[in-house]
Amino acid sequence: MSTGYGLLETARPSRRRRVDNGQRPGWLGYGFLTAVLLGSMFPLYWSFLIGSGDASTINQQDIVWWPGGNFLANAAAVLEADSVNFWKAIGNSIIVSTVVSASVVLFSTLAGFAFAKLRFRGRAGLLVFVIATMAVPTQLGVVPLFIVMSQLQLAGTLWAVILPAVVSAFGVFWMTQYLSQALPYELIEAARVDGASMIRTFWSVALPAARPAAAMLALFTFIATWTNFFWPFIVLDRQNPTLPVALSLLQSNYFVDYSIVMAGVILSTIPLLILFAVAGRHLVSGIMQGAVKG
Amino acid sequence: MTTTAPRPPAPAPLTPPSAPTTERSVRRIAFSQTLSRWDVKVSPYLYISPFFILFAITGLFPLVYTAWVSVHEWNLIGGQGDFVGFDNFAFVLSNPPFWIALRNTFSIFLISAVPQVLLALLIAAVLDRNLRAKTFWRMGVLLPYVVAPVAVTLIFSNMFGDQYGLINNVLSDLGIDPIGWHSEVLPSHVAIATMVNFRWTGYTALILLAGMQAIPRDYYEAAMIDGAGTIRQFFSITIPQLRPTLIFVIVTSTIGGLQIFDEPRLYDQTGQGGASGQWMTITIYLYNLGWGQLNFGRAAAVAWLLFLIIIIVGLINVAITRSIARAS
Repeated sequence: MSTGYGLLETARPSRRRRVDNGQRPGWLGYGFLTAVLLGSMFPLYWSFLIGSGDASTINQQDIVWWPGGNFLANAAAVLEADSVNFWKAIGNSIIVSTVVSASVVLFSTLAGFAFAKLRFRGRAGLLVFVIATMAVPTQLGVVPLFIVMSQLQLAGTLWAVILPAVVSAFGVFWMTQYLSQALPYELIEAARVDGASMIRTFWSVALPAARPAAAMLALFTFIATWTNFFWPFIVLDRQNPTLPVALSLLQSNYFVDYSIVMAGVILSTIPLLILFAVAGRHLVSGIMQGAVKG
Repeated sequence: MTTTAPRPPAPAPLTPPSAPTTERSVRRIAFSQTLSRWDVKVSPYLYISPFFILFAITGLFPLVYTAWVSVHEWNLIGGQGDFVGFDNFAFVLSNPPFWIALRNTFSIFLISAVPQVLLALLIAAVLDRNLRAKTFWRMGVLLPYVVAPVAVTLIFSNMFGDQYGLINNVLSDLGIDPIGWHSEVLPSHVAIATMVNFRWTGYTALILLAGMQAIPRDYYEAAMIDGAGTIRQFFSITIPQLRPTLIFVIVTSTIGGLQIFDEPRLYDQTGQGGASGQWMTITIYLYNLGWGQLNFGRAAAVAWLLFLIIIIVGLINVAITRSIARAS
């Protein structure tokens, strides 16, 4: 699907892509989308309302619709709370998400290159296996995973969160799909004829060609890792949490001082909001090219 | 080397560019050819091995080992105990909380998945029109995706507060009695389903939008010539053509939805799924057995049961979606 959206469209009326569903939507359509958009933004606004108020803001009948002036104070309270280790959580989330994204991209591109462009015995069967594992809820292996991590003395460390996430079946599938289209055999042959070894071919030919898909895979893996809760919650302790784990502690520590909890929510969401502002367009096209949930 | 896939020929074996003159260079080239042949043969396996090795250790092995743990007495502290056969399964299946958790899980899943797909279809249909500022709207519906489920839950559990929550406040302004969003079963499921849908509806809409854009536009032109209106076109062309995309969306949301943990876990401070288990899901039950009661054998049994349930429901989903799409 490479229907251009820009000048090509008007330059080639023969395609007539826009004739039928191409009517501009009326006010109903725009009104509906605006409502959806407001619904998407409102909970964030609400959390900022609460997070910028004080403990009494939430406990009153009359709803306050404008932010108060306490956000920085609340944020400072979150960051300084002894029981939560929020700074540590930020650092941990950055480390875990970065390492996992990098390794998923590297291993997926390697495997994707092999599956898409190299011939070897068992290729088709192994690729089917990879695709099948995408549907396996590996999350259900938490019990043995915890046993193994405990025995390796890794429970409570970031390794316990990173190791199970360093490869992704979806990533392999994604890179295979992309490279089988985007990387011409001629390029590989040219490199081989020039005497490049396989790994050199991968490094100098396949990896550069894979860059757009790799960036997208990194983006989605980063977000998924940053927001992941179940396994980190099980295997990490409160001295060494990731951000979602720290957030959950915030709620159980403060007896319903929601202004503090919401300040923590905002703090932990800001990095991804920035990422969204910078790369949101790529997220959209990534999903539309067939990204998978989770 | 044999391969079943229809593929263009592999890179041609290297041929020395010019005829070698001395014996020494012949040997060197022969050696480098052998090396190169090995390179071609071994490299593919080398490149896919990190995935397979690491997946086997961290994905496949735990899943299989779960079965082993589930037929043993096994405590967090004491480790492996006696072989107990299917006792853990028998315990779980005769334990009322398991059935409550199963009911809650399915209830929350249905209350979230059905409206989510319908709303996403509607959003996608509008996005498929020739909008001004296309990218803006597409990004707009995706915004909630970058908010972590934990953050979403903390926000919504506040808004759905039983006493001073925003939603009950608004309801009482409208003259409606406050709803026990936490204390009652169905309202708590609606609240949790709302959180799930908040985060995923836009994402699902974009997947469906991609599916819609792949439908050949000629179909619509033909339908228009035959006098079919927008609604008729939607049900007679869009929905049947979207079948593969719909199956994909429904299967993935089943796999994720039946494992739901974050939202119900953080819906209140205690994380037990409500005072009488109003919104306790299977994964919460699993967690409580394993890390609350320290009984890994039973937790593993629950994991396997949930695994089976997900597979069965996934297959049913595919069958239903097929027949619906075929009927329309």
